[in-house]
This record gives sequence, C-alpha cells and structure tokens, in this order.
Amino acid sequence: MRKFSKVMLFVLVLMLVMQGVWAQGTKETAAQDKTIRIFGAFRGEEAARFDEIIRIFNEKSGYNAVYEGSPEFETQILVQAEAGTPPDIAALPQPGIMHKFAQEGYIKPLSSRVIGMIDANYAPVWKDLGSYGGKTYGVFHRVNAKSFVWYPKKAFEAKGYKVPKTWDELRALQDQIVRDGGYPWSIGFESGNATGWVGTDWMEDVMLRTAGPEVYDQWVNHEIPFDHPAVKRALDYLGEIFLNPKYVYGGAPYILTTNFGDSVKPLFDKPTKVFMNRQGNFITGFMPQNIQDNLEEEVGVFPLPSIDEKWGTPILGGGDQFVVFNDKPGVQEFMEFLTTWESGAPWAQVGGALFPHKSQDFNDYGNSLEREIAKALVDATVFRFDASDLMPAEVGAGSFWTGMVEYVNGKDAKSVLSDIEKSWPR
Amino acid sequence: MQIQRDRERKELVVRTVVFTPFSIIVMVGGFLLLRNNPMSQILTTLFAIVWGTFSVLALFYSMNLIVQLFPTRKYNKIIPFVFVGPAILIIGWYLLIPTVRSLVLSFMNRNSTAFAGLENYKYIFTDSTMRTAFGNTVLWLLFGTAFAVFFGLLTALMAERSAIEKLGKTLVFLPMGISMVGAGVIWKFMYAYKPVGANQTGLLNALVVAFGGEPKSWLGTAPMNNFFLIIIFVWLQTGFSLVVLAAALKGVSEEIKEAARIDGAKEFTVLMKIVLPSIYGSIVTVSTTIMLAALKSFDIVYSMTNGLYGTEVLASQQYKQMFKFLDYGRGSAIAIIILLAVSPVIYYNLKEFNKREVF
Amino acid sequence: MKRAVKMTRSAKIITLLLILFCLVWTVPTAGILITSFRDSDAAASSGWWTAFGNLKDFTLKNYDEVLGGQRFTVGTAGGGTAARRGASMGSAFLSSITVTLPAVIIPIFIAAAAAYAFAWMSFPGRRILFAMVIALLVVPLQISLIPILRDYQKIGLNGTYLGIWLAHTGFGLPLATYILFNYISTIPRSILESAFIDGANHFTMFVRLIVPLSVPALASFAIFQFIWVWNDLLVALVFLSGGGQMMEVVTVRLMNMAGTRGSDWHLLTAGAFVSMILPLTVFLSLQKYFVKGLLAGSVKG
Repeated sequence: MRKFSKVMLFVLVLMLVMQGVWAQGTKETAAQDKTIRIFGAFRGEEAARFDEIIRIFNEKSGYNAVYEGSPEFETQILVQAEAGTPPDIAALPQPGIMHKFAQEGYIKPLSSRVIGMIDANYAPVWKDLGSYGGKTYGVFHRVNAKSFVWYPKKAFEAKGYKVPKTWDELRALQDQIVRDGGYPWSIGFESGNATGWVGTDWMEDVMLRTAGPEVYDQWVNHEIPFDHPAVKRALDYLGEIFLNPKYVYGGAPYILTTNFGDSVKPLFDKPTKVFMNRQGNFITGFMPQNIQDNLEEEVGVFPLPSIDEKWGTPILGGGDQFVVFNDKPGVQEFMEFLTTWESGAPWAQVGGALFPHKSQDFNDYGNSLEREIAKALVDATVFRFDASDLMPAEVGAGSFWTGMVEYVNGKDAKSVLSDIEKSWPR
Repeated sequence: MQIQRDRERKELVVRTVVFTPFSIIVMVGGFLLLRNNPMSQILTTLFAIVWGTFSVLALFYSMNLIVQLFPTRKYNKIIPFVFVGPAILIIGWYLLIPTVRSLVLSFMNRNSTAFAGLENYKYIFTDSTMRTAFGNTVLWLLFGTAFAVFFGLLTALMAERSAIEKLGKTLVFLPMGISMVGAGVIWKFMYAYKPVGANQTGLLNALVVAFGGEPKSWLGTAPMNNFFLIIIFVWLQTGFSLVVLAAALKGVSEEIKEAARIDGAKEFTVLMKIVLPSIYGSIVTVSTTIMLAALKSFDIVYSMTNGLYGTEVLASQQYKQMFKFLDYGRGSAIAIIILLAVSPVIYYNLKEFNKREVF
Repeated sequence: MKRAVKMTRSAKIITLLLILFCLVWTVPTAGILITSFRDSDAAASSGWWTAFGNLKDFTLKNYDEVLGGQRFTVGTAGGGTAARRGASMGSAFLSSITVTLPAVIIPIFIAAAAAYAFAWMSFPGRRILFAMVIALLVVPLQISLIPILRDYQKIGLNGTYLGIWLAHTGFGLPLATYILFNYISTIPRSILESAFIDGANHFTMFVRLIVPLSVPALASFAIFQFIWVWNDLLVALVFLSGGGQMMEVVTVRLMNMAGTRGSDWHLLTAGAFVSMILPLTVFLSLQKYFVKGLLAGSVKG
C-alpha cells in the first residue's frame, strides 16, 4: 500500500509542476492567431526553397506562415477536410480534388482583389483551371512544363544530330540514331505509388499534337468517348515509338520497371547509347551530379516536335494550385503575394521551378535551359493542363495508367481504349 | 470473526472513497494536461509513461474496489466486465464504430449522399481489376502465410539446436525493424532491371546474367511478379512468427522430450508427436495473425508497383478507391468484403476458444 | 541455454544450415547497408556488390545529410542564394520516442486485463466479444481515420501526442489482446486455483500472478508494438499533422528528405539504418525476458 501511495504522490507532484509549465505556455498562444498553416505535397529541397518565399511574406506582413509537406498529401488533405481539421491554405496537385472540395463547400473563393491580380498576371487558362461553378478558388504559383525532350548535348552534337522541328524530322532522327547503333529513347514508367503517369503524359502530348486542343478538351471532359478514333490515332503514333524495341532502350521490360528518374541517367553514360528522354523540367534534379553542375554545357532540350502544323507545338503542363480553407486574416494577402513575381524570382534563381506569371523577368532564371522553357510556357499559343489530372481519378490515376502499361505490355490499342472507356465513372 | 470482517469492510470503503476520486482526478487531469502539449518532449514522454501506466492500473484497482463492495456472487458477475471493459470500449471507439459506419457507407453512393443498394458490391464482383485483386489476394493468403509461418518455425527450431541461437534469431528478425520506406528501397535493388549489356544494379538479374541468362523484369511480368512481392512480405513477417514460436518452444517441457528419447523415439518423432502438438496453440495464433496481416497489407503493393502489372490486391484497391478515387462506397464495400472473408478464420479460432475451461 | 555440453554432429549441421539461411535472409539488408555508404550516382549505375572494386565511391555524405540535416541551396529575397540545412534527425528521433513509448505501454495492461478475462472468467457475451476482437484484427485502420479525426477535433485531441497514443492503443489492442490471450490461457489452471483458495481477488491475481507470469508474452508484444508504431507512417501523418516540424517522426522526416518525386532516394538507404537502430536495440534488450519468464518454470504448453 505504501508503494502505491508513493507513486500517487509522485504523479500528483508531477502534475502540479506541469500545470505550472502549462500556465506559462498559454501566455504564448496569443501569437497563434498570426499563424497561417500551409499544407502541400512538395517536400525536401522544394519545401526548403518555398520556405524562403514564405520568409519574404512573413517579414513584409508580420504574419507567421508555416509550410508543411507530406508524402501522403492526397490522403491527408482528404481526411482533414472531411474531419473538419484542414490547414488554412493547401496546394492541391489535381484540379479534380479542388472541384470536390468546392462542391462540398470546404474551400473558400478568393477575394476580388486576388482575382483581379490573377486577371492581370496570368493567362486565362490558369484562372479557368482554378475556377469551379463560376467562382475562382485557386492560385497557381510554381508550375511545370512537360513537353520537352532532353538530350546529352556533347554526344548529340558530336554525332552530328540536329534538333528536329517536325515529327518527320524526329522520325528521321530516330532512324539515324538506330543506324548509328544507338537507341533514340530512354523511357521509364515506374514511380512508386504513382506508377503510370509517365505513359499518360506521353499520350497527352501526342494527343495535343495530333488532334488539337479542342478535341483534347472534349477528350478530357468525356464529350468524346475514350475509344474515339482520334484517341486511337494518337495511341498509334505512340506505339510507333513504345512498341519498337529498336527505338526504346531495353524495350518494354525497361519501360515498365525503370523509375522515371533513373531513365534519364543512361543518357549520360560513356559511351552514349541513348539520346533522348521526354520529361518535365523537374527531370534535371535526377541527372548525375556532375551533369547538374554543368547543366548548360552538358544538356540540351527541345520541345516535342509538332505533328500537325495546324496545332503548332503545344505545351503540356501541370502544377499545384493554392486554395483557401480558412479565410482568416492574412490568408488572402498570402494568396495575393503568390500572384506577384516577388514570390517567384528567388526560386527561379536556384532552379527546379517554372512560373506562369506574365509579370516575370526571364533574366531571373538561374540557367538558360529553364529560361527557354519558361519563355516557351508563357508564350505558348496552346497550353493544356495534364489531362490525367483533370479526368476523374478512377481514370486519370487508375484505368488510364493501367491502360498505358498494358499497351506497352503488348495489348492491342483497341481493347486498351475500350477498357478505359468502360471504366469511366457513371 | 464478525468484528474482523466489519473492520475489513470499513477499510475497503475508506480505500474506495479515497482512491477512486483521486485516480479519476489524476486520469482526467493528466488527459487535459497532455492534450495541450504543454512542455518539452522528454518531459511529455516521461509524464505520459507514468500517467499512462498509473491510470490504467488505477482504473482497474478502483473499479475492483468498488465492485468488491458488492456481495461475492455479484462481484463474480460484474468483475469480468471491469477487466474486458476498457479494451472493448477503446476497440469499439477506434474500430467497431468505424466498421459499422463503413457497412452503412458501402450501401451508399460514392460521396455518401444517396442510397445505392448493392451497386458497390456488384462492382466488386464484376469489375476485371477486382477479379485480379481477388485472385492475387488468395495467392497472398496462401503463400504469404504458409512461407512466413514455415520459415519462422524452421528457424525457431534450428536456432534452438544451433550454436548461434541469438545471432541467428536477430538476423532473421532484422527485417521487421526496417520500415516500409526502407524496405521499398532495399527490394528495388534486388529486382532492378537493366537492359542486356548494361551494368545490372539488381542482384537477381546480376546473378541471372552471370549464369548466362537474359535479365528479367521481375516486377513487370504477371503473374510471377505477385510472388516477388509476396517474398517481400515473407521477408518482413518471418521475424514475427520466429519470435512467437521460439518463445513457445521454450515452454515445451525438456523432461517429456527427454523421456521420449530414452524410450527410443527418433528426433523427428519427438518433433512431430511432442513438440509440434504442444506449441499448436501458438502456431494457430501466428498463422491467424499473419493471415490477417496478408489480407490487409497494402503498402508493399502500393509502394512497389501501385497495383499495376496485374499485382492489385483487395487491400490496395480499398485504399485507392477510398483515398485516390474518392469513392467511399466502393472503398467501404471492399473493407466489408475483406471482413467477411475472414469469417472462417474467426470460426476456427472460436472453436479453439470454446475448448477453454474457465472458472 | 547451458545445455551446450559438446557440439554434436547434428548440431553442427543445423548451425551450418542456419548460417546459410541467415546469409540469404540478410543479403538484401547488407546490400542496402553498402549502398548507404556509396555515392548516389555510383549506386544508380553499378551493383552494390561491385562497390569494393571502386573504393573512391565510398562516402559518408548520406549519413551526414540524414543525421545532420540536408544541404540545400535556396534563393533569397535580394536575388542572391544562401546555403541552408534541413531539420536534423535528432528532433525526429525525439518525437518518435515520444510517440512510441507511451503507445507501447498504455495498451499492454489494458490488453492483458482483457486477455485475462477472456481466458479465465466466464461471463455472458464472452464468445461474441472475442469474435469481435479477432474480426477487428483485419479491419484496415484507414476506415477509422476520418471518423476518429472528426471526434478528435471535437475533444481537442487533434495534433497532440495524446491523440496519437490513444490511436495507436486503439489500433493495436485487438492484436495485443489476441496474442496475450494465447499466452495467458496456457497458464496452468492449478496455479490460479491455489491462489483463489488463498482468497485473492481478481485485481491482486492480475497484478501478482498474471502479469509476472506473462512477462515473455508482454515482452514480445512490446517489441512488435514498438516496431509497428516506430515504423508507422500513415497514423503519424494523419494525427500529428499541423503540429509543426518538432512533432515530425522519423519515418515522416525520411520521406520528406527523399524529396517530392523521390530524387533524393539515396538518403533513404542511410535513413533505413539510422531508424532501425532503436527497434533493434529494444529487440536485443527485451530478448532476455523470453528466457527469464520461462526460467521461473511455471509455464508449460
């Protein structure tokens, strides 16, 4: 019994001490109201660079914005929104989930001031992507552009290859590389729990080039079925490359099991066997360190060539949009800050980011490759958002991914497309 | 006699009156305090350990005191509920109520706004991806469980008779300590594929090439890739069955084994007739646990192949339907199907349970 | 353990087989251990088993970044750049310990008490409750996340350590009860009978007899729960979100270090080992209790 009483006494004393500590702590909570919680999917280096952007805002405004990144962002933001514990601001990678949140009333429309800034500073497409049901919710900040082909500059030029301007030139180049004993493409689909997106990106790029933006939009909105001849035609173009083991390093097994980040590495092997990798601007972060250190000398980049002159060279891209969950003081100011170039320049300087802001100064980009890509993005006559992010997730992150994998594995185009069509939600 | 009993009773009442409010204060006070995360992490941790242990024991202690105030017959009737109560309440809150909620949601549409009848269940049994998932889940159940239990038993038996018992057990146990994050990287280095002629970075393909074969895409070719994923599961889970079964083996009486040996029984006979029957209960426990783990494990599939290349299982579909496709109806229905699928296991365990004699 | 009189022939063969088995079992881990000391570009282009032929590829950089924080170059307001270091592993370790220890200790006694009741007491509903415990073993905890977080929001547990301890307690209890039941039910009836004749009540019985006799089972459950909680990612993400960087646990910190698209995956190799140290220490230190409880000699199959 004695022992028991002693333990109890100990616990009681401990509690009293804590109570004191707590009382001290509560005094600080007044500062909490200045805190703005921002939540997103980007982590590591990208988060560190975004932290610097936030720092500029905090110093200017006196608020205390804090960013948190998560490896399971999509699950978490959903759980938090449904449970009523969302952050103040979140950066959503897919417009689809923004639509759901807007529908359920979880997110708040932007203030008219911020909308004015968007009108002034962005191409209309970005405003449309951030709008749902006649209201504007999303601000785009850092975006990516995916329609680019990367090549090892020195080896490419040493072989006398020329950057292709048209699809026919690309075909000629492919055959030339094969004749020289190399492989034109290195392609990798694997991406952990997002495996599949590389294939759909390719498909979307080709679709934009063969069918044009209007049909692309119809395809995204399911106004034409997924097994429409226009889609089939794009897939056939793709098959020319994907299904030809001479064109793709390692053939189908390599495509399926290689990580997309690893698939750029063979371009820099000595001697060079593989010459091209089609990927977004973020791929530079996966290149070997010595290449990253001399990016401008080692790496060349060109947009995936035009197929049909009518549609020119469209740019495919994606990006996170920031939306407001809690419209508390400082939140709209932060959104407004994101629309200004002040919030982009420091990041552009160190690389790994592109911005859609019309007001940007291209000289702020740290290297010529990203400068060119940024120009291409802002000046693009046709820009379209990643279709798989716009389609319902069952398709965009489900059957479309599966379909591309099965296609590479040898399933015929017709049944691949009709399977995807069947999976489109009722 | 009577006086002593009265005194005992009086003491009991006093204790009850003093301790019960006191432990309630400590429990609630500690709860409110910890809720506010008031202090440094080390203090919080220490406080929580003391508070947690104390609260749990104090709860049982004071409940027991209160129930002791009743006559013995009543005491014997009520006391079981004191002991199972906290566990049942907590399980009820964290798992049972959400399960019932899922049952309801499984009959609703994707965002739970309208009744959908059996629509979600119809989908589960007709969709082609779901069919693959069912087939693969059976593979996981059979091979995942069998190999994890078998290897655990084998290593437990070997370790006991070997000169490197501790080291051996630690090495087999080691993978359990590795998080899925780490395990994913580890096995990518086992299964990596590089084209013919390139440096193989995956051990398996390096071996194949060294023996003159062509590199294979282990995770990309159905249906074999399911087995390569199951290997990861077995590798991670064997440590569990080893630890439980090794502990059970320690409980097998040396004397009985020795007696059998003196009677001329072969080592194998001793194993089959004495050792295995006496750890049978533990084998059932381990098999049940691993089987249920195989059924609900989604992270290996999810992080290695995302369920593509024909590797989908029920659990990964459940996760995807719920959090990626935002279809709560289908996601919940799959969870319910998984639950129904284990009813034979529950039935078998109950049969064993009924053999138990109680007081 | 003292029965190693002399290595018999069969013992030698068994030892050899076990060594072989362990070698195969440890190859994946060994591979990643070697990789964790290699330069990431070298690791991506050549097999780890070739590492010793190229000693200059060895580096401590991965461990430096994992333990001391990643090195970043960031752009600053004035158009300049600055070097920054990410959060180190130290605070994540502390946070993981804070999450794990109470989450291991709180459920143990609750589960042991329930297991005791299931094993040795008769009461109405005993079968159905036990069936429920087993059935809930298979319920994926994902289905609980939204309703529980909703409740937490109401009672102010969201983003607190208390909330995550209780969550791990709730999710771990079915297995704890099941494993402990299996053990406690094998305690010989005679021991309990004699205690009851001495007039013990159930609480004294539990504290004086059941708990001490179940030490091996309690220890093995403690190890498992420790490992699960330590390596858990999802529960920590959901219930500790919003607590800021100080509350980030090891698994979350590691995933964040790997970068948005996993470009810094090589840090995961070193990270896997750093985060494994503690679970392994716990395993090694609790291992002796398996024997100790049994040397008491009272538990037989």
